[in-house]
Amino acid sequence: MKRIALLGMPNTGKSTLFNRMTGASARVGNWPGITVELLSGKIVLGGDMVEIIDLPGIYDLHGFSEDEQVVRHFLHENVPDLALVVLNATQIERQLSLLLQLKQLNLNLVVLLNMADEAKKFGITIDAARMSEALGIPIFLLSAKYGSGYPEALQAATRALRYSTPGMAEQLRDQLAEDEHIESEMARVLQHSVQVPARLPNNLTTRLDQLLLHPWLGLPIFFAIMYLLFQAIFLFGQPLQTGVGWLFGWLREAALQPLLSNLPAVVQGLLLDGIYNGVATVAAFVPIIVLFFLFMAIVEDTGYLSRAAFLMDALMARMGLDGRSFVMLLMGFGCNVPALMGTRVMRSRALRLLTMVTIPFSLCSARLQVFIFITAALFAPRSAALVMFSLYLMSFASAILTALLFKRFFPSNEPFVLELPPYRFPTLRQLVLRGWHEVHHFVHRATKFIVAGVVLVWLLTHMPPSAVAAGPDTWAGIVGAWLHPLFAPLGITPELTIALIFGFVAKEIVIGSLAVIYGLTGTALSGTLAHQLDWVQAYSFMLFTLIYTPCLSAVATLRSESKDTGFTLFSIAWSLTLAWLVSLAFYQGARALGY
Amino acid sequence: MPAVALSSLAPGEGATIVALHTEEPLHQRLLAMGFRTGKHIEMIRKARFSGPLQVRIGTTDILLRRNEADKIKVRRG
Repeated sequence: MKRIALLGMPNTGKSTLFNRMTGASARVGNWPGITVELLSGKIVLGGDMVEIIDLPGIYDLHGFSEDEQVVRHFLHENVPDLALVVLNATQIERQLSLLLQLKQLNLNLVVLLNMADEAKKFGITIDAARMSEALGIPIFLLSAKYGSGYPEALQAATRALRYSTPGMAEQLRDQLAEDEHIESEMARVLQHSVQVPARLPNNLTTRLDQLLLHPWLGLPIFFAIMYLLFQAIFLFGQPLQTGVGWLFGWLREAALQPLLSNLPAVVQGLLLDGIYNGVATVAAFVPIIVLFFLFMAIVEDTGYLSRAAFLMDALMARMGLDGRSFVMLLMGFGCNVPALMGTRVMRSRALRLLTMVTIPFSLCSARLQVFIFITAALFAPRSAALVMFSLYLMSFASAILTALLFKRFFPSNEPFVLELPPYRFPTLRQLVLRGWHEVHHFVHRATKFIVAGVVLVWLLTHMPPSAVAAGPDTWAGIVGAWLHPLFAPLGITPELTIALIFGFVAKEIVIGSLAVIYGLTGTALSGTLAHQLDWVQAYSFMLFTLIYTPCLSAVATLRSESKDTGFTLFSIAWSLTLAWLVSLAFYQGARALGY
Repeated sequence: MPAVALSSLAPGEGATIVALHTEEPLHQRLLAMGFRTGKHIEMIRKARFSGPLQVRIGTTDILLRRNEADKIKVRRG
């Protein structure tokens, strides 16, 4: 099968074009010579099946960033039959350098000058025919967003594939010396084919930036926007999640339970409470992920994410993070899973990993449920608000402490030089495809891990079959008793320790598991908890629950996004250690003070 | 006129790039972003609390941190 590589600088609309070409059929996959996964899709072009690969956006073929190395290695190991080079027409003056570097490799090239409509608005005129002649490469003006010029570009790609003479991309770095050439070559090509006005018109972007990046109003507006996004995900996500949960519950009662009723109780339990609940856990995340990425795509595609980086960078740089990390950290307060996936907007791996260690400390909505129940059971309404607020503070403090402690182990070698693209309207198609890709990615990567984890916890809490479920005689009970010396100094009882084992799977089931452990529900459960625990123990338990680990899905996501088991284990180990130390310090401190 | 650091320009001021005293990874990135000697550059705004700078070269707006902008020498006007 012939292979077309999509190449270009960031912010050229390359991905929009890729989505237009491949639609929902695109999948992530591995390629020889590189460690990151790339999106690719198969389409029919001129009667033949061809594969299109979306390479990461790069500024420079000879650059030192990870993306630039990925592209170099990809071209070296997988020489494409055709490279479709996407250039931003509004920045043609400087983007030409990448094209000229590619030309030196003797690759089969077709150039698409994207955002032709935007360039026209800026008063930039480009004579594509002249430029094509000067370079000896077919060049087309295109607007991937509105589809103009698209059929012509596809035809050109088909023609070029027919006469493909792939060059060799070897010794890429050796050609560094030839970069000297490029400047004079650029001047020659631009001189006759491009006219750029001396001063840009005072357009909408400039006026919007005056408000959104205002020295005093910028930050409050940023927080207001974040708050609205957060609320919107919550507002639309919660009912959807409940709906999915109800659907799975109904399916279980109406179809699966009658169907499996003849099987032995243990097998039934394993199938329904283990595997089926695991699948339901995965499914419950689907609406949240779709919503999150719909909103994230809006923030990103409009160009606001780079503005957030501008506004928050002063603070975040001291923690070894940047403004985009802050956006993800905030979004983590809704749900950690999509926030971890969203770190993909950061192109430097070190920066991404450091952000990914901090996100699990964000107090997500599932942990909120646990805290609300326990706070209501053990604290007077007057102090309850203070307790909740202090937990949010602890959440921020843990994230900041983690970033400060570990920033030197994740030094980012990527210079913080970001482009500030003009504001653009995202297209609905782009938004929907993004949501679809992310859900596919999550379900594909996380299902096995999550189902296995849920089954394991079911086995722990139900084996041996003679024991009362989640009781002290089950394996979980034995583990709980064995762990007791570790948890006793934190004031956490054996019953609560078992609940923490459940909580490792999902915080949503912590209260449910306490109900099973005590054999009580609702107010009876709150009454017993209030009777058994004092507020110091309860707060210590909440601190531990906040910090020790978000949930199995977050762990699965951490693993699939970092592709590094060692890093995932490190993240879990650090969270557990920090949780233990914080709870210990609090519990022993409070007891020492006489509480 | 003497050469000054890019970071010393006030918002709205324009200048000509004189030299890039930057190490490899940053240097290569700046070149690709259009930072070349002799090019005109304009300071658009500076973030509060010693935050990053927004500069414009040609049709591109770029964010960079102050310590990085210190290494870029420009001549006013």
